[in-house]
Amino acid sequence: MNGSTMSQSPETVIEFRRVSFRVASNHLLLSDLSLSVQRGETLVLLGRSGSGKTTTLKLINRLLEPSAGEIQVEGTSTLNWDPIRLRRSIGYVIQEAGLFPHFTVERNVGLVPQLEHWTPEKTHARAREMLELVGLPPDQFLSRYPRELSGGQRQRVGVARALAGDPPVLLMDEPFGALDPLTRAEIQREFQALQKRLRKTIIFVTHDTREALLLGTRIALLEAGKLVGVFTPDEFLHTPDPLVAAYVDAFRAGNGNAKS
Amino acid sequence: MDTLNFFVKNHGQILQLTLEHLWLVGISMLLAIAIGLPLGILLTRRRALSKPVIGAANIVQTIPSLALFGFLLPAPWLGERADRLAITALALYALLPVIRNTYTGILGVDSGVREAARGMGMTDGQVLLQVELPLALGVILAGVRVATVITVGVATIAAAIGAGGLGEFIFRGVAMVDNRVILAGAIPAALLALGLDLLLGLLERKLTYAH
Repeated sequence: MNGSTMSQSPETVIEFRRVSFRVASNHLLLSDLSLSVQRGETLVLLGRSGSGKTTTLKLINRLLEPSAGEIQVEGTSTLNWDPIRLRRSIGYVIQEAGLFPHFTVERNVGLVPQLEHWTPEKTHARAREMLELVGLPPDQFLSRYPRELSGGQRQRVGVARALAGDPPVLLMDEPFGALDPLTRAEIQREFQALQKRLRKTIIFVTHDTREALLLGTRIALLEAGKLVGVFTPDEFLHTPDPLVAAYVDAFRAGNGNAKS
Repeated sequence: MDTLNFFVKNHGQILQLTLEHLWLVGISMLLAIAIGLPLGILLTRRRALSKPVIGAANIVQTIPSLALFGFLLPAPWLGERADRLAITALALYALLPVIRNTYTGILGVDSGVREAARGMGMTDGQVLLQVELPLALGVILAGVRVATVITVGVATIAAAIGAGGLGEFIFRGVAMVDNRVILAGAIPAALLALGLDLLLGLLERKLTYAH
């Protein structure tokens, strides 16, 4: 089922085919979304609160199921995947990290290996490796609890946890949204470097234009549950579309203020 | 001095009734937990049921205890033995705090943590056993603690239907208008409640992860 064939260039990993999602109140959160994600790219879902970004993300790991249309992951509809298998092959990072407060950093990071019944030695080694990867010295951090970490450290542990099972796909829901600007910039840089090395397929939700331009290989702009368009960062800065232009204007205004 | 003498002279019976009391409370609490914990968990899965079930448990708790013992008396199997009857009534009283605290404790678990657990590929059972229950344990144990203290008090009334326990001294003392006899039941019962409260409080602190 998870036949992650190591084939070459443009290969679709995730595909949305005319997907709609409505809640019980019949309110349409997502309408007729078609979108594909290529292997190794970082697709940013950009939009304001309530535009359907998080809904889109949760449809991929089947925390939500579509009301119409289908989502294919590795060529198989999410509804035909065993949801548990599907989720364990997709890393998931959310805002505030969602770390388990009663688990040490080691148990948090080793969660998926433990669920997959790796041996304790292998799980331990993996946790060390993952912490090193995100720049946290294992000896110092393995036995700590999440409450003993700073916001930035928690978020790093969140990323380490999501990567521990070596999933080909990573879903990130405003992972750096709650951090102070300095820590945020720092962790964004590290994340960029990490992505260059790991080449995961990443779907990244943010409402921050700057972050989208910095981290995305492509940017999908959502507005009120509809896809406005998909752009490379360069296209995004120069497209005549009025809504995109509004985002770019707001972004430039913000930058201008910061410089003056 | 007089009371103390009475205590010393009757220490054998005081001890015996205290143990009997403890037994009534212990069995009732085990029963209440065995029913209330799964029921509370079920309610978090079927939230529509929470209002009627918690409402029903609430109503049971408003029935005066003596009346509840009386109501259960004609029940076929229960009415045959006084201790059976008493334990059933006590367990019914203890049910509400156990159910309610299990329910609110689990619902109180940070939704981000729950979401992460599901998103990482934990099965429903794993989310419950590894995440929800450990994180809700403090609140659940607080419910058990409250229920236990209530049960120690209500169990004194079990003597009215002949189920034994420290209530025997109290009822006897009231009938004899003898404070010494009343105190021989009341003091151990109060100490029992305090002791169990302390013990469960320690357990709560030991098992709950520090915030």
